[in-house]
Amino acid sequence: MDYTLLFAQVLNGLQLGLLLFLVASGLTLVFGILDFVNLAHGSIYMVGAFICASLTLLVGNFLLAVLIALPLTGLVGYAVERVVARKLYDKDHLDHVLGTFGLVLVLDTLAQIIWGPAGITVPLPAWLNGQVELFDGALIPSFRLLIIGTGLVVAGGLFWLVNYTRLGMLIRAGASNRTMVSALGIDIQFLFALVFALGAVLAGLAGMLISPITGTSIGMGGQIIITAFVVIIIGGVGSMKGAFIAALLIGLIDTLGRSFLDTLFALVMSENAAETAAPAIAAMMIYILMAIVLVVKPQGLFPPKVR
Amino acid sequence: MKKLISAALAATMLTSLAQAAEVKIGFVTTLTTGAAVIGKDQEKAVNLAIEHMGGKMGDLDVNLIFADDGFKPETGKQVTDKLVKQDNVDIVAGYIWSHVLLASRKSVLDAGKFLITANAGPGPVAGKLCHENFFSSSWQNDETPMAMGEVLNQKGVKSIYIIAPNYAAGKGMVAGVKRTFKGEIMGTDMTTWPTQLDFSAELAKAKASGAEGLFVFYPGKAGGAFMKQYQQAGLKDSLPLYTTFTVDALSLPKFQAADFTDVLGSQFTQQWDPTIDNEQNKRFVADFRAKHGSYPSFYAAQAYDSIFLIKSAVEAVGGDLSNMDGMRAAMESASYPSVRGEYTYGNNHMPIQAYYLREVVKDDDGNWTTKIVQTVYEAHQDIYAKDCALN
Repeated sequence: MDYTLLFAQVLNGLQLGLLLFLVASGLTLVFGILDFVNLAHGSIYMVGAFICASLTLLVGNFLLAVLIALPLTGLVGYAVERVVARKLYDKDHLDHVLGTFGLVLVLDTLAQIIWGPAGITVPLPAWLNGQVELFDGALIPSFRLLIIGTGLVVAGGLFWLVNYTRLGMLIRAGASNRTMVSALGIDIQFLFALVFALGAVLAGLAGMLISPITGTSIGMGGQIIITAFVVIIIGGVGSMKGAFIAALLIGLIDTLGRSFLDTLFALVMSENAAETAAPAIAAMMIYILMAIVLVVKPQGLFPPKVR
Repeated sequence: MKKLISAALAATMLTSLAQAAEVKIGFVTTLTTGAAVIGKDQEKAVNLAIEHMGGKMGDLDVNLIFADDGFKPETGKQVTDKLVKQDNVDIVAGYIWSHVLLASRKSVLDAGKFLITANAGPGPVAGKLCHENFFSSSWQNDETPMAMGEVLNQKGVKSIYIIAPNYAAGKGMVAGVKRTFKGEIMGTDMTTWPTQLDFSAELAKAKASGAEGLFVFYPGKAGGAFMKQYQQAGLKDSLPLYTTFTVDALSLPKFQAADFTDVLGSQFTQQWDPTIDNEQNKRFVADFRAKHGSYPSFYAAQAYDSIFLIKSAVEAVGGDLSNMDGMRAAMESASYPSVRGEYTYGNNHMPIQAYYLREVVKDDDGNWTTKIVQTVYEAHQDIYAKDCALN
């Protein structure tokens, strides 16, 4: 067993998991608290990435561009809430899906009109473009370490926000009993808009962090949103802790599956068959996990207590 | 009222006359999703080709219908069916993706129409599934990586690691490089296509394998993503990169905008380059650049060729599109002016042509483009031709 490789792959899995968490946390907030199915969450991830990418080319510094793009993405989220989502809260889930799917098409097309079909390659400052040698032979791209660091800090910040602040208290209260909170004189509409914008900022941040790795492209939110839904289903809809643990779990399973499944398969079948079968099975593993969780604990691993 | 009816009648007759005097071509490509950038480039090239022929093939007007495959085999088949059955086109051309072509080919060929692939070249259509009405203006998938395998041998590379997407073309590319490369293959990773864009796990494995070189195939946006991650992983010196269809005229302007200088000097094999010296290519490249401000991609070059190939067939039969034998014979002779220079067709209607090693350089104005550094094959035929029953 090559431990350096294993270590590198665990870090890669961690990085993927934390990016997933950024997307899934917003999704689970909106789904859990507003009871609103938001398929367009992935499109906001894309919009955030594009805003940040064009700002990077404009101001010439990726980190500065991220700082400017975050509130802008929050504004986009706020606008989406005011224009589309708010009108759909009282309808049932199918209407949410239809409405937000329409929004996905609109935002994708808008992005294509504004930024063109080519996508943008996002340049990084030199110190983020290199590698860090954590120990002998384990060279890790420094930007991936930055993603891991940012993800952990944001996760900590969210935990603090939800559990130890007044806003967090209102969010939790709004989640368990909407009517009661508004009867107590809290502007629930504004609270919801705030939660929605917060979710947009988190998704946008994930898009901004991935774009120096994969580049931005039209429809990039389509894939991540599916995986993010898997995350919140496994973690328990509405649970921040569940989203965190499930996201890391999926990141690790996906990465380690892609890395070591073919070696494992080669033990029991021919190398050629293993090469063909392994990627197919690796791509299915997270869904298999979801199916198992749905059978064993239909509410997810960490369902919120009051629902 | 009577006047109106006769006017309507006259109008109907006129339209039917107009229909008779045109050649209807369906062009299937990708106009939505992240891969739309390729389809748009082909669209530009096809429109330029029509413009260069004054909108006419012989005496016939060209009626061109673009269709979007949405980067999906099932959608590609649907739009192909529509072109064939509803629009009743004479010829269907296009197809960027091998899996889309494989899903759609039957709809065209069963209807007794010509099918011209302007990019995709999966093994089966060149071999067992070859068809008298099927032609290619591009290449068979295995050939370009086979040329790269030869280049690796010449450079004295002893071992390589392979990363490619898990679909028809990816498998063809892997098979191609394995066929000619004489050194050791230290490992092969096939990734989920087209969704996987983060290759951290595969790059870590490639690095740990101890191979002397890394061969990859990632067309479209995945290519840009791969190049970035390869550079971020810092493998440039320890694990040199050899690619096919991964760096192209669509990704180079993006790399240049991001000042990603590591891509300069990277080499890959191909049957075409903007610097190939012939009248047709010069006019194509110059007018494409004048109109769109960027170099055409190889996708565009092949799309441009496909339209001129069709033109040669239409003109050979004097516009009598029912004379399919005459059209077929004309296309088999490959007597049209191709931007890649002269080539011939094998029994399976795949080109027998030259393959070059291209290198990314700056042109005189500082734009990032490519030049030819070496001819790898003078006239290469794909290995599936022997499985094809045509002669």
